[in-house]
Formats: sequence, C-alpha cells, structure tokens
Amino acid sequence: MLGVLNDFIGELRRAGIPVSMTEHVDAAEAIGEIDLLDRRTFKSALRATLIKSEDHTGAFETAFEVYFADRRGSGDELDGDDTEPGDDDDEAEGEGRAASLRGSGRAGGAGGQGGSMSAEQLANMLEAAMRDNDAALRGTVAKEAVSRFAGMEPGRPVGGTYYLYRTLRNLDLEGVVERLMEERAAQSGSKPGSLDERLWRDELGVRMEGMKRAVEAEIRRRLVEDRGAEALARSVRKPLPEDIDVMHATRDELNALERALHPLSRKLAVRLTRKRRHGRKGPLDFRQTVRRSLSTGGVPIDPRYRHPRPAKPEIVVIADVSGSVASFARFTLHLVYAIASQFSKVRAFVFIDGIDEVTRLFETADDPADAVHRINTEANVVWVDGHSDYGHAFSEFHGRFAEEINSRTSVLILGDARNNYHASESWVIADLQARARHVYWLNPEPSSYWGSGDSIVGEYAVHCDRVVEVRTLRQLEQFVGELA
Amino acid sequence: MTNEEKTVRFESPDEVARRLDEVDYLSDDSIAATVFLADRLSKPILVEGPAGTGKTQLAKSVAELTGARLIRLQCYEGLDESKALYEWNYRKQLLRIQAGQAAGDAKGWDEVEEDIFDEDFLLTRPLLEAIRAEDPVVLLIDEVDRVELETEALMLEILSEYQVSIPELGTVKAKQIPLVFLTSNNTRELSEALKRRCLFLHVGYPEVDRERLIVERRVPGISGELADQVARIVRSIRSMELRKAPSVSETIDWARTLVVLGKETIDEQDAAATLHILLKYQSDIERARAQLLGTKPGT
Repeated sequence: MLGVLNDFIGELRRAGIPVSMTEHVDAAEAIGEIDLLDRRTFKSALRATLIKSEDHTGAFETAFEVYFADRRGSGDELDGDDTEPGDDDDEAEGEGRAASLRGSGRAGGAGGQGGSMSAEQLANMLEAAMRDNDAALRGTVAKEAVSRFAGMEPGRPVGGTYYLYRTLRNLDLEGVVERLMEERAAQSGSKPGSLDERLWRDELGVRMEGMKRAVEAEIRRRLVEDRGAEALARSVRKPLPEDIDVMHATRDELNALERALHPLSRKLAVRLTRKRRHGRKGPLDFRQTVRRSLSTGGVPIDPRYRHPRPAKPEIVVIADVSGSVASFARFTLHLVYAIASQFSKVRAFVFIDGIDEVTRLFETADDPADAVHRINTEANVVWVDGHSDYGHAFSEFHGRFAEEINSRTSVLILGDARNNYHASESWVIADLQARARHVYWLNPEPSSYWGSGDSIVGEYAVHCDRVVEVRTLRQLEQFVGELA
Repeated sequence: MTNEEKTVRFESPDEVARRLDEVDYLSDDSIAATVFLADRLSKPILVEGPAGTGKTQLAKSVAELTGARLIRLQCYEGLDESKALYEWNYRKQLLRIQAGQAAGDAKGWDEVEEDIFDEDFLLTRPLLEAIRAEDPVVLLIDEVDRVELETEALMLEILSEYQVSIPELGTVKAKQIPLVFLTSNNTRELSEALKRRCLFLHVGYPEVDRERLIVERRVPGISGELADQVARIVRSIRSMELRKAPSVSETIDWARTLVVLGKETIDEQDAAATLHILLKYQSDIERARAQLLGTKPGT
C-alpha cells in the first residue's frame, strides 16, 4: 500500500502539486486509521492530507482515478461521490433492468458487432438511464458503449481522449437530451421557455455530464488494465490552470483559465491594497511629533511619520487581438481591469491592423468579462485585410493618442510582434518611451521563438524598458503585481 | 508527539456523519472523513470555500455534538498576539507593586518580578484559553485569511504542537487536544507553513439532493415538492455567469420566505418576484430573471 502511495504522490508532484514530506507522512498515517475497502473515505483521506488548494483538485482526481482505478470492473462507483452506499443492490437491480430491456429489444435487432446487444437496445438503455438517473444502468451502458464504439487498441500510448470522443459521438447524448426534452414537453404541456423546461434541461445537462464521466472512467479503467498506472498517468497528465500555455490552450483549458482568473484577480487586488497601505514608512513628521510630545512634558516619546501617498500609475494597454494571440489579450485586459482600482486610470486599445479604443466598454460594463466579450463584436480594428500590422496600428495610435501619454503613464503592449512582413514603424515605440514613464512589452510566445519567422519583437525591444515572456497566468499575475 | 491521554471522539466516518445529522448538519463523505481524521491524527482542519456554505456552522455543530465548549477567534486585519494569544494585565501588576509599597513589605525586585509575572496577572485570549481549558473545547479560528501573513505565524506553534510559549512563564501545554477549525474565504493565499499543518477541506455548493435535504431540515413546514423546486432553481442559477452565486444560507432564506408567503409550489411569477433574496446585485437579478423566464433583460 505504501508503495502505491509513494508512486501516487510522485505523480502528484510531477503534475505540479507541491506535496511536502510532512504531508506524505500524514497521508500514510491517515490511511492507517481508516477502512481501506471504503473507496470514498480512502479518497477523502488522501485529499484532505495531500491537497491544500481547491485549484489542485482536478489534477488530484485524475491521478487518483488512474492509480486507484476500481478494478472490480463495475465502473459505477467511479463517477463521483453521488452514488449511494450499498450500491451492490443497485447494481444487481441495474443488471436486471438491463437484462429485461435487452430481452424486450431482442426481437428487433441482431447482435451488434462489438458488444452483446443491438444498437437499438443500447440506445433504449441509454435513454432509460438518462430519464431515471439510474447510476447502475449508467455503468452498464458505459461499459457496453465503450466496447462497442471506442475501438480500443491495446498497447497504444494514448490518454484516451480519442476513444472518448469516438464513443460519445456514437452515443449522441445531445440527441437523447433533445428527445427527452420533447417527451417531457409532450407530457406536461409546458411552454417552451418556461421555468419548468429550463430546470429539466439543466437536470438533463447534469445527467449527461454524469454519463460522460462514466464513459471516461470506463475507458480509463481499461487503459490502466492495458498499460499500467504509471504509463497512463503520463498520458493523461494535465497542467494546472495557472500553468496552461494561454496561446495553445484548448477550449476546456480556456474555460478553466476563465474560472481561475476571477479568484486570482481578487487575491491580487487584496495583496496590492495591503502592500500600498503597509508598505512604506515616510520621513519624520516634525510638527505632529512636537504636538504629541506635549502630553509627555515635551519629551518626544512617540515620533510620528508622514505617510507617503505614492501616486498610482496610469496604465495604457495596447493589445493585439488577432486570432493567434486574442485569448492572451483578453485575459490580460480582464486581469488589468479587475484590479483597476490599483491604478489612477486605465485606458485600453485593441488592434489588428487598425486600432480602436475600448475603454468605454470596460467603463460601462459591470463585469470585465462582459466587456472582454464585447470587444470581439464592437471594436473597429480592421483596416485592410484583418492580418496583424503592428506598424500601421502603432502609427495610427501615435497620430491619434500620443499627446495623451505623459510621464505618469505606463504603456503595456501585448502581442507576439508577428507582423506579416509589414514595416515595423518602431520609431513610435521610441517616441512613446520618451513620453511615458515605462513601456513594457508582454509577449505570449516562449522567448526562444522571438525573432524567428516574421516576429520582429527585437526591433521594438530596443525601445522598451522590458520585454517579458508571459505565457501562463502565473507569469501574468507576477508581472501585473510588480506593475502596481 | 504528545503524552496526554488521547481520547477518541469518533469510531468511524459514518459515525461522524450520523452524529452531525443528529444536530441538523448534513455532511457529505469528505466532511465526515476529514473530521474523523482530524480527531484521529490530532490535526487542525482548514475549511475553505465560498461564503455561506456552512464553514463556521460545521465547527459549531461539531462542538454541539461532542458537548464541547466553542472558543472562537474572529480574525481581522491588525489582529496581534495581545488579542489572539495572551496579554499581561499591567494595571493589576502596577496595583500589586503599589500595594506592596504601601504595605511596606521590603521585598527584593526578584521576588516582586516573580509575583507579578504569575498566572494571576495573565489575561488569556482565545488561543491560550483553548489550550488551557480543562473541559473539552472546539477552537474556531474564523476567516484566517484576513490576518496578515506575519500574524499567521503566531498560530503555528498552537496548530502543530498544541502549546504556547510565554517567555516569563515557560511553555503551556494543552491539557487535552482540542479540535481546531480554521475557516478561509480564500481572499489570499495562506502560507505554506500553515497549510502544511492542517487537513484541507473544501466545502463547495452542495449537490442538488443534499441541498434539498438541507432546506427540508432547516425550514420547518416546507413541502417536499417546494424544497425540490427550490434546490433545482438554485442549481440553475448557480450555473449562470453571475457576480455572486447564491449561497446555501441564501437558499434557506429564500425557502423560508416562500413558506411564509404560503407557497406550496413555485411558478415563474413567484420566482421572479422573490429573486432579490437569492441575489444581491441588480445585474445578477436581471440576468437570472431573463434566463429563467426566457424574457429579455431590462423588461
């Protein structure tokens, strides 16, 4: 047991979760206190001792499912904490139901290619599982569907994403949801757009997620059987949200980033406010000190200091929002606006080959996230063809707004400086640097790519105070924290 | 680690769940398992999660079911050791010296010092009180994320060794190991040193079934159907993009309101008319109303 635990903790560390020696010892002690056959308690015990931040839960869950996969092969306990204790009965019942459904459909179809039942029977069972939220039946359907559709080949070093995709495409869960929606509407006669419909749709959405998780767990279980935990763990390891490379993030990862951004910006704001309040001590306030000394007979026991009020910087963000770096620009704008109270003024400009000011979007929106979404539709950033042209965007910026850059302004330029071989017009940046307090360039590309191909970040870099590689939320948070 | 007589409070996680249930706190697997382990391993629990999900209530309920006294330290910015740990009652010390002078007893300084740095002159604050308590206690350190990073360090000795070092007196060791809960709303990252000493428990929004049970338990006189509807509507609202998702306590408030209004079931109009109990921002209310009822925002 301790050996497996050791491997498991090794995997957590490789996934980026800091697990200290003490925590390892705690976990070992904890599993000595509990009933090892109770899988959910076992999981809770490991989670309580090893994971110290909610952000790490996702990575923990993945590693746990791989290292402590349920070898009994039922699969129905894998799909989260919602299964009831004593599900052995449920399972038997589920098999019973499955058998009866199979029997009723047998007249219609011949045996399927991979599994023991026809496509029609499987579809019926799926619908029944979704309709009644039957955990045991769900496990049966997942098993059947995987052996039928996934087409798993032993020995392939994959993480199972493709198998999952294939299975889910064949199951057509969205279609089932629509059918059940119609069925419900026909039964209750509720109008489209009513509260009842909305609630039922959400309920089905949750069940659909449950079904997906069941299929995923089934696939993972078979992969572990095939290749062993350690090999699989390497294939399914995902970076923590703050370490995701923003430029190459998948849609799921972008959603994870979006979720991580909110608490991140809140923490950053709290930290900066505190820094501002407590950070510095000013010079002696002579007048106050003498006043205070009167109560101690003229002896200045309690010296007073002036509290300096450091000027808050003004920020001008100039962001490339063309396809390749759009999500990076969105995250940065979101973060900067989320802590806007730390700056005396924030202005935002976005460009592709033309440039437009979007400050008004942020000022009118309640939530920076809304404004960020509106940029896509409302900003006027295309001049000729909608391919990045830094040179033109910069010279246009210079013509229209350069007057407003002054010695209190910090200019942030976001982009990969891939200019499609247009003129760089780097004199603009030189001029901005002369006017502004600082000019920073944030580049979402790894620094080893800078200057390769049509990247001309080097030409601009000579005029910037700093060029920073910002590929992940962690790097972004660090930079913005230094800025304020 | 400690040589005190160790008392086991719970036999199994299931027992924790059952006894929490008896005091009307509906736990789930991870809550029960973590409380069980906290007792067995003598470790504090760091409870984290959104506001209003019953973090503080958990500590209160555990105190209630173990028949222990709850000692609560509410954290705030600027909390220091004289408020958290102990303070010398210097007024009383001064009086003691003056009284000695008036009575004319010519004690040496050493003797006086020994006298005035005695437990009689010590004002115990929550942390020290929990350590010195003779009776069983549960210590709740509420909203620990509000204190400065430096102040956190004050708690480390208590959390790992269950003792307090007072320079003039020596080390005060716990007579019995109290159960310790720390709560955090996660407004800032807690220090590694603190987290390492604790078991971590994240209390999120409950699953729909559990929320329904919570509502049924906390709102007397509610019909099963209404509780079910309430839980499902709240889940739908939480899935929207809102500035502040409704917490469990707001769900309970909402259910109470509906019961007071005499509702057996809830329809669109009722929901729309009482949404302001669940949601606290006007923009959230409008968005939720629009999505639940299928109307355009602003109408």
